[in-house]
Amino acid sequence: MSVTTRRNRFAVAALAAVTAIGGLAACGKDDEAKESGGKPSKLVVDTFGEFGYDEIIKQYEKDTGIKVELRKTAQLNEYRPKVVRALATGKGAADVTALEEGILNEFKTNPANWADLAPLIADHSKEYLPWKWELGKAADGRLIGLPTDVGSLAVCYRKDLFAAAKLPTERDQVAALWPDWNAFIETGKKYRAATNKGLIDSVTTAASAVMVQQGGDLFYDKEDNVVADKSAAVKTAWETSVAMADAKISSKSATWSPEWSAGFKQGTFAATFCPSWMLGIVADNSGPENKGKWDVAPVPGGAGNWGGSWLAVPAQSKFPKEAAKLAEYLTNAKSQVEAFKLKGPLPTNLEALKNPDFTSYTNEYFSGAPTGKIFGGSVEKIQPLHLGPKHQAIKENAFEPALRSYENGQSPKDKAWEQFLKDAKTQGAF
Amino acid sequence: MSLSATTAPPSPSAPPPTPPRRRSRAITLNRLDLKLSPYLYIAPFFVIFGIFGFYPMLRTAWMSLHDWDLIGDHSFIGFDNYTRLFTDEYFWNATINTFGIFILSTIPQLLLALFLATMLNRTFLRARTLFRMAIFMPNVVSVAAVAIVFGMLFQRDFGLINWVLSLVGVDAVDWDAQKWSSWTAIASMVNWRWTGYNTLILLAGMQAIPKDLYEAAAIDGANQWKQFWRITLPMLTPTFVFVVTLSTIGGLQLFTEPLVFGNGNIIGGDQREFQTLAMYMYELGIENLSSAGYGAAVAWAMFVMIALVSLVNFLLVRRSVK
Repeated sequence: MSVTTRRNRFAVAALAAVTAIGGLAACGKDDEAKESGGKPSKLVVDTFGEFGYDEIIKQYEKDTGIKVELRKTAQLNEYRPKVVRALATGKGAADVTALEEGILNEFKTNPANWADLAPLIADHSKEYLPWKWELGKAADGRLIGLPTDVGSLAVCYRKDLFAAAKLPTERDQVAALWPDWNAFIETGKKYRAATNKGLIDSVTTAASAVMVQQGGDLFYDKEDNVVADKSAAVKTAWETSVAMADAKISSKSATWSPEWSAGFKQGTFAATFCPSWMLGIVADNSGPENKGKWDVAPVPGGAGNWGGSWLAVPAQSKFPKEAAKLAEYLTNAKSQVEAFKLKGPLPTNLEALKNPDFTSYTNEYFSGAPTGKIFGGSVEKIQPLHLGPKHQAIKENAFEPALRSYENGQSPKDKAWEQFLKDAKTQGAF
Repeated sequence: MSLSATTAPPSPSAPPPTPPRRRSRAITLNRLDLKLSPYLYIAPFFVIFGIFGFYPMLRTAWMSLHDWDLIGDHSFIGFDNYTRLFTDEYFWNATINTFGIFILSTIPQLLLALFLATMLNRTFLRARTLFRMAIFMPNVVSVAAVAIVFGMLFQRDFGLINWVLSLVGVDAVDWDAQKWSSWTAIASMVNWRWTGYNTLILLAGMQAIPKDLYEAAAIDGANQWKQFWRITLPMLTPTFVFVVTLSTIGGLQLFTEPLVFGNGNIIGGDQREFQTLAMYMYELGIENLSSAGYGAAVAWAMFVMIALVSLVNFLLVRRSVK
């Protein structure tokens, strides 16, 4: 879920092809005949990636007699333009629309596009992770999103490569290698000395992890002014990852680049930062031949959240009340556990997080790592974040390019920082 | 201007009908037919162009005069977006990138196409149809596929090109980290894809040149080279104008190749080394929802540039031959 496959090159290709033929991919029709009494015969749900709703929806149809059409879009970067098109033209939006963290923050600046869910459903504010629930609200206090999942944070590492570099391979011992980020950098240096390779894929993934661990204001303050130059979290993330670049502990493989995808199989790096949605991507890129070589350890420096989604009801939906009920159903404790078992999105519902089916879950691909316990255990310690409307754009088009420019030796540290501040201002304007 | 690839047959302008004495219904209809039906025949194009070409242009122009949020409000701000363009460092960066890649791709491509067309035009060549088909193949392959394959060739760690370079002792090149290298990589995709297309059009133009001109020249003692310079090139001018204009339009709108080359990052390289104008327009107008008006202004600036460059090309190519 979440930033999952943002910028996967194949998706890009598909997107580019669609743009090239003039974006003819029309929006779906949902002009279902209105029925007397306002009860819909059908509701449409739009999701991207895998939310794990297939079975839950069948149960819902049986319970209510309302048909549900589940429209899945594989990649987030194909999904966003579809939602934008529906909102811009006022036509074609699904009754229940999944919104990823970055999209939600951006769309919140125009809350009128979304129905206020608070009057339509019962009050659930106490049943979810408090910060996650709060993020579903727009600045004017309207509740526009119900929480689905969070990303949380862990480290995925290759046991065979660790062994080759004479580092411990057991989960607990690996966790003991890096109680904090300095220790992590030292481990990276050891790995470099032993193998002459980078321990991690890129310093930008590390920067993302460090930033969300700090919590509070990142690129924006609470009034949504860009404060990239003053933000403590941003400064810490920058300094930590610059130190990593200086220590040469990364293989300089930008996330989603071909070097990065190939690197999982080729072993050009031995660890990466894994929100729970990243596990599937690591497994896909590494292929079945590397099954059992990967494992999951806690991240240095404490809990943090990277990614996650909400369900919203567009204002253009003809059946906002029923749609809100469906969103409520899909995000309740039972559904979240079901979805997790099917496709792995981490629950946000407090009851679901305590469910034994969730806490006892182990991931076979990652050497049977107890991912339910690793991710679930840290979820409640996550620092609340304030992301702001253009967080994603600032991060991807200003912060990370500047950091990579420094790591690749294209610009000195001060110049890269200046460049970032300048770009953050333009990217962050809304 | 005559942009057609081959010389068009003289248009059958309506011959004046014999003056009618009696104004009968049939004659009126006949006249209407003569007057109106040509417009009817061309109407489908213009109707479709109007809907999918002209209306969006006007709408874009209207948007460019506003501070426009794609999914929110908009307010009229006059020409502010355009004045902002002049001081926008990234706009000029994208312009330079676009023209750089355009020159790197168009010039070698047209020279190569001219050379290949001349070769294919030789009468003694065996299996000519096969070669002509083969040379067009790259154009049939989807742009995205081309870009993905070339992206792999130009990879830093495991790319074929870096591997070949390493054989002759050259260090691995990080292709997307400098202007020259990224431009070269992108231009090579464009060249690979479009050379065959241009070759075929030039070839068609060459075959429309009457053979007796060459015979006469040969009798007068002109060698192959001279024949090429004095007959083929001048007679090829209309075709050349067409090919150059199309390359200009395509080259200045370059989008998919650099986008996929940069792993889908719309800023085209960490320091925007290969962000083209079309990518910058997309970044502002579509990725960044709240600056759609400014993106529209970039789109219009692009349109004006393409029109100007096409005009210059047209004048240059036409004059140089006269």
